Order: sequence, then structure tokens, then C-alpha cells
Amino acid sequence: MRPILMKGHERPLTFLKYNNDGDLLFSCAKDHNPTVWFADNGERLGTYRGHNGAVWCCDVSRDSGRLITGSADQTVKLWNVQTGQQLFTFNFDSPARSVDFSVGDKLAVITSDPFMELTSAIHVKRIARDPADQTGESVLVLKGPQGRINRAVWGPLNRTIISGGEDAVIRIWDAETGKLLQESDKESGHKKTITSLVKSADGSHFLSGSLDKSARLWDTRTLTLIKTYVTERPVNAVAMSPLLDHVVLGGGQDASAVTTTDHRAGKFEAKFYDKILQEEIGGVKGHFGPINALAFNPDGKSFSSGGEDGYVRLHHFDQDYFNIKL
Amino acid sequence: MALTSSKPATKVLWGELEEDDGEDLDFLLPPKHVIGPDQNGIKKVIEYKFNDEGNKVKITTTTRIRKLANARVSKRAIERRSWLKFGDAVHEDVGSRLTMVSTEEIVLERPKPLGSKAEDPKASGDPLAQFQKGAVLMVCRTCGKKGDHWTSKCPYKDLAVPSEGFVDKPPTSDAAAAAPGSTKGAYVPPGMRAGAERTGSDMRRRNDENSVRVTNLSEDTREPDLLELFRPFGAVSRVYVAIDQKTSTSRGFGFVNFVNREEAQRAINKLNGYGYDSLILRVEWATPRTT
Repeated sequence: MRPILMKGHERPLTFLKYNNDGDLLFSCAKDHNPTVWFADNGERLGTYRGHNGAVWCCDVSRDSGRLITGSADQTVKLWNVQTGQQLFTFNFDSPARSVDFSVGDKLAVITSDPFMELTSAIHVKRIARDPADQTGESVLVLKGPQGRINRAVWGPLNRTIISGGEDAVIRIWDAETGKLLQESDKESGHKKTITSLVKSADGSHFLSGSLDKSARLWDTRTLTLIKTYVTERPVNAVAMSPLLDHVVLGGGQDASAVTTTDHRAGKFEAKFYDKILQEEIGGVKGHFGPINALAFNPDGKSFSSGGEDGYVRLHHFDQDYFNIKL
Repeated sequence: MALTSSKPATKVLWGELEEDDGEDLDFLLPPKHVIGPDQNGIKKVIEYKFNDEGNKVKITTTTRIRKLANARVSKRAIERRSWLKFGDAVHEDVGSRLTMVSTEEIVLERPKPLGSKAEDPKASGDPLAQFQKGAVLMVCRTCGKKGDHWTSKCPYKDLAVPSEGFVDKPPTSDAAAAAPGSTKGAYVPPGMRAGAERTGSDMRRRNDENSVRVTNLSEDTREPDLLELFRPFGAVSRVYVAIDQKTSTSRGFGFVNFVNREEAQRAINKLNGYGYDSLILRVEWATPRTT
């Protein structure tokens, strides 16, 4: 395969997201402009200008009409996907780390970092159909976990919120009452910061990646550990193929240490694992720094990776990828 | 030609007569013929034309079609295709080259190269046993196949190019058991070599292990002589005779390292006080250097 290189960002990538149809790819980076690309040929469609800090996360509504972005400038913004126009700004007192639209796009879960004596928090906001009616009030605020909450996503039927972060514990919260329902136990859970969390296409299980050099697959309802994928480097990003039983782990040597070794020793590859057998299928090389973001196209025929090097690499799989047997 | 075709009814100009003649004759030519694209994406277009001299020319154009992505079916996605650019993308000039197709072919690198699986159980055995069986130690570094071809003749050569250099996952499972320091060719930083946890002083002690000091050697004694003397007691890993740098004569003492401690002890017992070259040898355990 010949990946398509997209050099739209001047700073390290932080997050990648495909829309539901898989024709648009949204990229967030530490520069201030989230960008949207055509996912087939990598052409840039537009940038969303208005943030004043690193953009950590984004999500797009199911109809590809709204984009929500969370930024280190302590705001979360709603955008019109087509025109790049700002629709609303949620103001926080600390950087926003993660955003996720609920099923139906009526709610959004936002996590905010610990900052200036504030603890980290998970906020639930109502998203109005008409941006004119949008208010900044939180429906629910969840507090408790120590350290940053790197990712919070909705559980099945929007009944729960799944979160993971610096304290290496995965928590499931009741999205109505805010009660803590379940916690991953210390033995089976991650040992270091959870960096990423992604749900399967049907939402029945989810994958978490951690700096403890592993990724773990969990059951969404019972929070039982199903599988563990072990790699040699800290995992910054994870993705699951919606088509085949493959998981992809991205990461690599810590960015601060890359100059001390040969670039090949850094393991800046997207590693493919068999979801069930937990065996490594292969690696896709190319980045000149750790991989910070991974996303699978909803059709499962392409995936993209974003690295510390500021590049988004869009890979359309060759035919032989679909015939791989272990 | 464009002029005439736009108003074909007008009187024919003599200057264009010749060209028009050619155009009129076009119906004489065989029709355009398109072959392919075949499974390799090769498409051939065969056209016939009259050249300037009025001769018939066959033009074959061969193109390769690469399918990058499957066409989408979603109507909404097609609609989005025609969306206007916004933000920084509005002023994008063609030369900005934000999006490029990689010049490098990237493959999904398998941890075990393709086609090496059948050989794996065999490879896990003792490599020497294979050698004794009469098999040639011909291992392809590209695909890991044994006894089939040399690396330079590998049929999978261009498939597995990126795996050369920094060998992270050795292709055979027996190599995985070997220390990373023993892989040939690739540079391994000192910190990652086998026994990297050992400190410097530990490594020196390892050198001094089973080391026997021999003193009161005659000046003519050289290392081969010493080896000959000590070899009957067991495997000797090192023999050293101290030589004076200025006079390049023996300083009368040396060291012998044995692989096994018991053998070293036996040599000490036997050779201490042994008359060698009209001198009485003194053989004892070498004491580690105090510095």
C-alpha cells in the first residue's frame, strides 16, 4: 500500500475521527486548527478556525452536520461541519481533554483536566438541535478520579459513561444519576495511564490503550477483561477494525527519548493484532515519531494514523490484507 | 482544424484543403480499440491515425490504472464531495502539496515472513544437529528459508526489503532464544546487549574467573608453550605471558584462564612446583586486581 500523507498540521497530531459514512476524516493537533479531509484521496476540505490552544479531541454527529472539539484553551466548541462556522462555545475553567457525542447526538460528554487546584471532571452537556437554543449548562458533573481523565465515552443506550485516565482505572458511571457503577480491579487492570479508549462498532466491547505497554479489551456491560495485547512500547492510540477481528495499537518510544536511539528502535509503527488470538499480525511503519492517534474507516478498508511528526498517514489496504491468515 | 469544424458549411479554403482531406479519410481507419484493464490494471488503447505525411500510424497507449479506494455509494457522501472549501483550505494553491501519496511502498510487515512457517519446527532444533545431518547452512536472510537459496537469490527479495537492517524479530524462533547481542551485522547499543545489567567491575571479575597465575617462567617461554603445558588439564580460554615492552622479553609471569574451575584447580595442584625449563614454576589462583 502507498499511504497518502497529509501535512496540514504544524504540530503533533492528537486525535483522528471518521464520520459515520467514512468519507470525511477529522484531525486534531496541537496547532489550533482542527481540519477535515476527504477520506478517499486525502484532499483538505477545510479547517475550523477559532481555538486558541491545542485541540485534544473531537467528535462528529451521525449526520455529519455538527463537529464538537475540545481544546486546551479551556473551551469546547460546536461547529458547522460544512462551513466551518462556530456555532457555540462551552467555557470551562480547565483544558478540555475528551469529547464524545451520545447516540442520537442529543448529549455530549466532556472531560476537563485538573488545573489550578481544580480536580478533573466529566461533564454532560445537552446539545440542542438548533444552535440558537444551545446553553452552556451541564446536565451532570462527575468528579472523583485522581489525575487527568483522558477519555470518556458513552456506553450502550447512553445509560453509562465509560472513563479512563491517569489513575489507570476504567470506570463505568451511571449517565442519569452520576453514580459510580463499576471499577476495573487493580490486578486485571492497567498499571499506568490509560491513553485511549475506543468502542467496537456495535458497542458491546471496548479497547483501552495504556502507557504500561499493553491494550486491553473489556466487556462494556460487565467490565470483565476479555483480552490483553502486549507490545514493546507505550500505547498512545488504539483502533478496532469494524470489518475483521483486528485491533491496531499505535505508540512508540516517548517523544522526549527519540533522539537517543535509532529511528527504527522507536517502534513508531501501527501494530496489528488478531483480536481473538492476541497474536501480532504485522506492523505498518512510516511515522517519524510516536503515533498519537489512530482511526479506522467505518468500512474497515482503510485506516489513518497521526503522529508526533505532524503527519496524518491515510492507508488504503491492499487486497492481500483481507486474506491474511495467521 | 477547429476553425473548419465550427463552420463546416463554408467554402473550403485551399490552405486547409490537405488537412481536411485527411479528416475525410478518417472513416477508412479501423476503430479505436480498448483492451483491459486486466487484473494488473494495465489498459491498452490502440488508435489509428494519419500522420503529417498521410501515412497510417498505429498508436498504442499503455496505461496502468491504480484503484486507490472503492467508490462510495452514500448519496450524502457524494453530496459532501461538492462542498465548498472553507477555512485555510480556501486559499490552497495547487502547488502547496499538503496531500501527497507516499513514494515509498509500505507493506504490512509480518512478524514472521510469509512462507517460513513450515520450517519453523525444524529451525527450533539445534542448528548443529542440522549441520551434521548434511544439510547446508544456507539460510536466506530475507525470507528465512533454509537450504533453499541464498539471500541474494531470494524470490521474495522485494517483498521483504524493510526487514533488513535493524532485525527486531528474528525470522526463526531459535534466533529468538539467542541473545540479541549475538545477531550478526546489526548494531546493538551497549545498553541493550546481553548482560547489559552487569556493571563494569562485574565484567572484569568475569574475566578473572578461573584465572591462574604462573610465575617464575623462563624468559624464553611464550604463550604457545604455556598453552601446551596447560591444555592437558582442560579447556583453556586465554593464555597471556607478560612481555616487557622495551626489551620485548618475557617478564617471567603469565596468566592462564580455564573454562572450568575444577580443571584450573587440578592444574594448580599438578603444576605448582613443577620444573619447567630448568626453573621451578609457581602456579596459584590469580588474585583480582586491587585497583
